[in-house]
Amino acid sequence: MEKILEVKDLQLSFHTFAGEVQAIRGVNFDLLKGETLAIVGESGSGKSVTTKAIMRLLPESSSEFKSGEILFNGRDLTKLSDREMRKIRGKDISMIFQDPMTSLNPTMPIGKQITEPLLKHQGVGRSEAKKIAIDLLRMVGMPKPELRIKQYPHQFSGGQRQRIVIAIALACNPKILIADEPTTALDVTIQAQILELMKDLQKKIDTSIIFITHDLGVVANVADRVAVMYGGRIVEMGTVDEVFYNPQHPYTWGLLSSMPSLDTDSKLYAIPGTPPDLLNPPKGDAFALRSEYALAIDLEQAPPVFKISDTHFASTWLLHPDAPQVEPPATIIERMKKFPGSRYYEGEAK
Amino acid sequence: MAEKLLEIKNLKQYFNKGKANEVRAVDDISFDIYKGETLGLVGESGCGKSTTGRSIIRLYNATAGDVIFDGINVHGKKSKSELKIFNRKMQMIFQDPYASLNPRMKVMDIIAEGLDIHALTKTAKERKDRVHELLETVGLSKEHANRYPHEFSGGQRQRLGIARALAVDPEFIIADEPISALDVSIQAQVVNLLKELQEEKGLTYLFIAHDLSMVKYISDRIGVMFFGKLVELAPAEELYKNPLHPYTQSLLSAIPLPDPNYERTRVRKSYDPASHNYQDGEEIAMREVNPGHFVFCSEREFKSLK
Repeated sequence: MEKILEVKDLQLSFHTFAGEVQAIRGVNFDLLKGETLAIVGESGSGKSVTTKAIMRLLPESSSEFKSGEILFNGRDLTKLSDREMRKIRGKDISMIFQDPMTSLNPTMPIGKQITEPLLKHQGVGRSEAKKIAIDLLRMVGMPKPELRIKQYPHQFSGGQRQRIVIAIALACNPKILIADEPTTALDVTIQAQILELMKDLQKKIDTSIIFITHDLGVVANVADRVAVMYGGRIVEMGTVDEVFYNPQHPYTWGLLSSMPSLDTDSKLYAIPGTPPDLLNPPKGDAFALRSEYALAIDLEQAPPVFKISDTHFASTWLLHPDAPQVEPPATIIERMKKFPGSRYYEGEAK
Repeated sequence: MAEKLLEIKNLKQYFNKGKANEVRAVDDISFDIYKGETLGLVGESGCGKSTTGRSIIRLYNATAGDVIFDGINVHGKKSKSELKIFNRKMQMIFQDPYASLNPRMKVMDIIAEGLDIHALTKTAKERKDRVHELLETVGLSKEHANRYPHEFSGGQRQRLGIARALAVDPEFIIADEPISALDVSIQAQVVNLLKELQEEKGLTYLFIAHDLSMVKYISDRIGVMFFGKLVELAPAEELYKNPLHPYTQSLLSAIPLPDPNYERTRVRKSYDPASHNYQDGEEIAMREVNPGHFVFCSEREFKSLK
């Protein structure tokens, strides 16, 4: 499969009054054409910062690329001038934000907001742009688009607003769509509709999606591959089946067991403690202090990336050949029973 | 089951009453909340679940109906001191952590506001210690006490809201989407915390949410609302195993679960209110189909469900 975006050893810091916050500490991943990559992790793990870095939306006064590159079409996005970046933003790479109320301009009719990228990037005329805008609104399932195009954001419901944001993001048929928690603010029924819409549109225009969310149910629904972020690094990455049915990193175990399934009766597993302080990032494995599986070396040295399969990688010392074999939590063993190749696999029993 | 802590009888909350744009946000609903239980209330936005919560705690004056808390009518006339006692017993955790914290107050004072009003701490040190303790219970650290709300992420702000509600040791907490804005791992911490507090102090919760898997986990009973009406009310387990109202079925089929195999086969049902085909004169009401399992249906539907 063709790689459309490559992020290599990205390191990024924010300069604050308190000191340097190392928000991203060496992130590597590829995005393949037409796939959906989900990035999961808790607040402050660096998932939003990673995508904002790709879009170059971070304030230049306080943020700094320390090292690494973001390759898109052979060009390093971290080195582009603002002018060059503006040609890519909204055209080749576009973004859907979490809160549709704050990402739409309340003083502008939505038609104007949808035609903006078309006029800017596609060089089409006003009447042509209006036609495309109506088509886009129809495509995202808005009834009576000819009339609604003149209305303002407050005249739409939350789900409709998110559809408008999607229409704007898709206006120029982007190669990459970054969706930062696009359904978190929506109801389950509306969320289901938006997810179906996004999958549908992805097939139509063959775009790649980076999907940021902390809802693992949504991940299981939309993702082809999953990257789990913690403390400014990707700690585990694999196909959706590998991450959900054969997770290797203790943080992934914690995440998966902290969500109740519909049969959970016992106490929920809650990852103890709080996320690491990235002003003074820990020397070793950032998760060690919250992990009951931490080894002595975790406190000394950050683990390298271990390869589990061609598509599955995890960064934990537990995968080192000399590491003791540990028993994952019971809920994780239940998951592993479904995964061919895991040591708990139980054949076709489902 | 245990004694009733709250009785909601024919509660109605209309906005713009009598005008052309009248909204029947809550339209004649009745249910009880028992001491020490968690009642979950689910439904999509605009169905009236938040309004129900707000009417119960008297943030709105109900259009009609009664809310009886521990034998006392909440909406009845009260003196200031009576209200103060009542306010301490019932607390609320709000939906929007951006709007519910005063941006000009420090966290210390936000959380201690209830302590001050009800004079629950005697010395400045005690007040500080209590705030620090509350911050730690909700997964923040005591250094956060001297900051302002804008310095926190949405998730952290919601935790401040929870700390504030817990400060006055209430009996009954209305939690309006308290965990929707939190991370999964923190959601589990907060839900475990709410459960622990419930066991320790015998708290009663009205838990309003749209995250159905969490609602099932935390609730003893669940009510499903649709357009201002309660359409189904049943023990949590029963509601998920045997949803009877078509709207409940549609809602349940929309929840994504963290299981890719299940997700590949999940089929979403949609709900069309016209599918009931109610005739004129048919009485639609809450009817008990199984013990403790109520469905909003007509006599004809009731017979087919039974």
